[in-house]
Amino acid sequence: MSESFRNIWTVTKRELSGLFASPVAYVFLVIFLLLLGFLTFSLGGFFERGQASLSESFFYWHPWVYLLLVPAVGMRLWAEERRQNTLELLLTMPIAPWHAIVGKFLASWLFLVLALVLTFPIVITVGRLGSPDYGSIISGYIGSALLAGSFLAVTELTSAMTRNQIISLIMALVVCFGLILCGFEPVTNLIQDTLGDTFVSLLRSLSTWYHFDAFKRGVVDFRDLLYFGSVTGFCLFTTSVVLRGVRGA
Amino acid sequence: MITVENLVKEFGTKRAVNGVSFTVQKGEVLGFLGPNGAGKSTTMRMLTGYMPPTSGKVSIGGREVTEDPIAAKKLVGYLPESAPSYSDMTVRGFLSFCAELRGLSGSARNDAIQRVAGLCFLENVLHQSVDTLSKGYKHRTCLAQALIHDPEVLVLDEPTDGLDPNQKHEVRQLIKRMGQTKAIIFSTHILEEVEACCSRAIIIDRGVVVANGTPEQLKLRARNAGSVTLRLTGAAAEAVRGKLSGLSLAGEVSLGADGSVVTARILPRDKNVGLELGRAIGDLALTERWKVEELHTEEGRLDDVFRAITTADTKKS
Repeated sequence: MSESFRNIWTVTKRELSGLFASPVAYVFLVIFLLLLGFLTFSLGGFFERGQASLSESFFYWHPWVYLLLVPAVGMRLWAEERRQNTLELLLTMPIAPWHAIVGKFLASWLFLVLALVLTFPIVITVGRLGSPDYGSIISGYIGSALLAGSFLAVTELTSAMTRNQIISLIMALVVCFGLILCGFEPVTNLIQDTLGDTFVSLLRSLSTWYHFDAFKRGVVDFRDLLYFGSVTGFCLFTTSVVLRGVRGA
Repeated sequence: MITVENLVKEFGTKRAVNGVSFTVQKGEVLGFLGPNGAGKSTTMRMLTGYMPPTSGKVSIGGREVTEDPIAAKKLVGYLPESAPSYSDMTVRGFLSFCAELRGLSGSARNDAIQRVAGLCFLENVLHQSVDTLSKGYKHRTCLAQALIHDPEVLVLDEPTDGLDPNQKHEVRQLIKRMGQTKAIIFSTHILEEVEACCSRAIIIDRGVVVANGTPEQLKLRARNAGSVTLRLTGAAAEAVRGKLSGLSLAGEVSLGADGSVVTARILPRDKNVGLELGRAIGDLALTERWKVEELHTEEGRLDDVFRAITTADTKKS
C-alpha cells in the first residue's frame, strides 16, 4: 500500500510541477477568480439580494465556470502522453496503471481545490456584511470541490480517448454540459409535460446540477456524496479500460 | 533472463508477431534485426509489458510479464522506439522522476542520476529543459532513463537512431560493456552494429524468426560465403579451370579473362570448409607456378544474408 501511495504521489508531484512550470496555471487561476467575481457581483446580484448567503449569488455559478475551465485543465492529461509517446514510457515503469490515473487526477484536482480556496475573500466579505450560515458555506465548498472532481474525471476519460487535446476538450465539454442540463430547472420544466414525471426525476438524479443543489443549501447527504464519488470512480475506472485498449492497439 | 515462448500478437485480422520464441541469457547481447514492419517494436512492447500478447509467454528473470507485471518491469530498463521524454521538464527533473518511479530516493537517486549522466554524456545539459535539446541529447536522455536503476535486463529499441557517428560508437561500446553483466536485447537496422556488439542475432520477418545465431554463423548463410577469388597471369583460362575443378573442395568455378589476366571465382562444395579451400588453391598455384595477383576468401556479408532471407520471403507470397 505504501508503495502504491509513493507511486501515486510521484506522478502527482510531476503533474503539479509540470502545471506550474508553464504560465497556464497562473492564467487559469486569474481567469477563474475574475470570472467567478464578475458573475457573483454582477449577474449574481450579490449586493442587490441583501442576503448573507452565498448559495444563489456565488455557488450558483460554479457548475458553469467549471464547465468552461475544468476541461481546459484536464484535456492534456493523457492526450499529451499519447501525442509525445511518453505513455509507453510511463506504463512500462514498475507501477500499476491505476497509480498513474489516480496520480494525474489528484494533481489536477488539488490545483482546482487551490483555485477554489483562493475565493476565500468572498467568505470574508459576506461575514463582514452580515451573519451568514457558515455551515452551508462549508458544505457549498465541499460540494464545489466534488463537482470539480467529477468534471475532471470526465475530462481525464475523454483525454485518454484521443491524442488531440482539443478533441478531448470538446468531448468533455459536451458531456459535462449534458450532466448539468439534465437537472437544470429551465430544461427539466420544459420536458416535464411531454416526457412525464418519472423520466424527468430519473434524469434529474443523474445530474450534477441536482446533486450540487443540496450542498449549496447546506445539506450534506450521503446520496449526493455517493453520486459524485461514483461519477468520479466510474470515469477513472473507464479511463483504465480505455488505456488498456490504447496499449493493445 | 529473458524467455519468450510462442509469442503472438494480432491486430484485428493481421498477425504482427507470429509465434516468436527465443531466450537471452545474462552476459548476452542479442541483436534484433528485421525490415520495417517486421514486428520488432511490437515484440519489444510485449517484452516490456506495454502491450498484452494475444497468446504466448514472456518471462523476465523467472517472472511472467502478464502475471506479475510490476515485478517483471522492475528488472527491465526500456528505451522505446521514439525515445520519448517529458518536454516540459529539465533533464535532471525527468531522470529524477524516473528514478523515483523505480523506487530510488534521496542520495541513492542523486547518485543514480550522476552515474547515468556520466554514462550518457549528459552532465552539461542536466539543468536544461528537454524541449531545448537536440535530437541526439533527447535520445540519450531517454537512454539514461533506461539505465537509471542499473537493470539486469535492457530492452533497447533502435538505441543508436539519430546519433552522430561518434555517439553511435560510444553507445555501441556502452552496450558491449554492459552486455558482460546484463541480458541485453536491442533492435537495429544497421548491420555493422550487430557485428560490432552482438553475441547473437535474430532476424525477424513478417512476425516470424527466420534466422537465429552468432553473427559468424549468420554470415555463413550468405550465398557467396567461403567463395574464393583468384586473379593470376601466366596461364590459359581453360587450363586454370581444369585444374581448379579438379580440387576436391571446389564446387562451381566461374572464370573471366581480360587480356593475360585471368580472374576465377570458386564456390566451395560445402559451406563448412572455411578457409581450407583458399589454402588448397594457394598450394595449387604454387605447384602450377601461376603468377598470383590476388587470392581472397569471402567472409560473407551480413547484409547479403539479411536481404536474401527477408526478400526471399517477400517474393513467396
